[in-house]
Amino acid sequence: MKAAAFDYAIPKSVAEATALLGSNGAATAAIAGGQSLLPLLNLRVALPDLVVDLARLEELKEIAATQTNIRIGALTTHAAIEDGKLPEAFGGLMQKVASKISYRAVRNHGTIGGSVALADPAADWPGCLLALGAHVRIAGRKGTRSQPIGEFVLGQYSTSLAADEIIVGFDVPRPDAALRCGSFKVVRKSGAFANSIAFAISYGRGGPAAVVLAAAADRPCLLPAVAERIKAGEKSEDVLRDAIAQDVAKHVAKDDPYLMRLHTSTVLRAVREVQAK
Amino acid sequence: MKSLTLQLNGSKVTHEVEPRETLADFLRERCRLTATHLGCEHGACGACTVAVNGQATRSCLRLAIMCEGQSVQTLEGLEDDPTMEVLRRHFHQSHALQCGFCTPGMLMMARDILLRMPNPNAQTIRDQLSGQICRCTGYSGIVTAIVAAGRELGGAERPQP
Repeated sequence: MKAAAFDYAIPKSVAEATALLGSNGAATAAIAGGQSLLPLLNLRVALPDLVVDLARLEELKEIAATQTNIRIGALTTHAAIEDGKLPEAFGGLMQKVASKISYRAVRNHGTIGGSVALADPAADWPGCLLALGAHVRIAGRKGTRSQPIGEFVLGQYSTSLAADEIIVGFDVPRPDAALRCGSFKVVRKSGAFANSIAFAISYGRGGPAAVVLAAAADRPCLLPAVAERIKAGEKSEDVLRDAIAQDVAKHVAKDDPYLMRLHTSTVLRAVREVQAK
Repeated sequence: MKSLTLQLNGSKVTHEVEPRETLADFLRERCRLTATHLGCEHGACGACTVAVNGQATRSCLRLAIMCEGQSVQTLEGLEDDPTMEVLRRHFHQSHALQCGFCTPGMLMMARDILLRMPNPNAQTIRDQLSGQICRCTGYSGIVTAIVAAGRELGGAERPQP
């Protein structure tokens, strides 16, 4: 199908972009890479009056390493991350995650900011950034704010972004050499919605650990019991499976044996990858 | 309508376009470049793959107006391209097409693969081609053709995109 008619604007600054997006009485949509919005426009699921193109805003392209954070601009493409353009590898996690998003042609244009702003429950970046403890940097007409990604994503396609707000980028805490990462994704066909994605990070025995399951509930969820087992250096498969079952049951209907088995398997594989390093 | 100026296959082109027009429709309907095929119009099939600023792009997932000032290459613009010449020959020899509908997208993606990763093996090609759908061949002829083209080009100096 073809998209319905809409107007289109290229703002020259973040201030102009937020003013356009917040225009009264208009259904507005921000576009960056357009790799999710274009299908929605073509299928006439999204019917905006005005599309605001953020792709030329230099402030959203910043990639930098500060003393405490790695700053990733919202317009950073999956392909740029796949090709190792970030100043920090995060134990290879972000490159691996990027390389498994859809296809190269989509990764060339799709952006990390667009992925998080859409908040598809089956998306890769919201869960990955949650595991890494990232903050979202947001700009609106009233100024800028920063929010932990776990509070930013409210549910299925739902975030704390107001109509006039855009994501400027992400601050991801700089890891130290002890960081170990694992991830596993089940997707029936590349480019389709994922069925289950798990991320696990660890700073060694006794150090901080985080485990995240995505594509299971309406948003990525932390699995605290599994993280505790990683922290304790637990290797027993039975113990890990019990912890996974305890955490996953809070988010998935326990009487669905297929889903329980699927998510248990992805989480276990992500944990095993961390423990093997 | 808005005015759009871009570099198309090496030439500067200006047209009036509607904002809702995809790059694919712009190429086919306004520029009459019909090598770019439209299968699904939502990014699933890969038939409409072109290069924007040298990067493989689904032209159904890009508004034409977003390409202002950018460089777009379609299959028509790659007639004399050294990588494409080798790919065309091997697609012919390995019977890498049947109905031909997916072929323009396959060739554009195959060229992108060979420019990024010289001399790829069959598994790499299958992974990289996973976004291109062919309903005739079962892919084996296509993979064989790209492996052969990569092998032929592998030793030579890599051509610039």
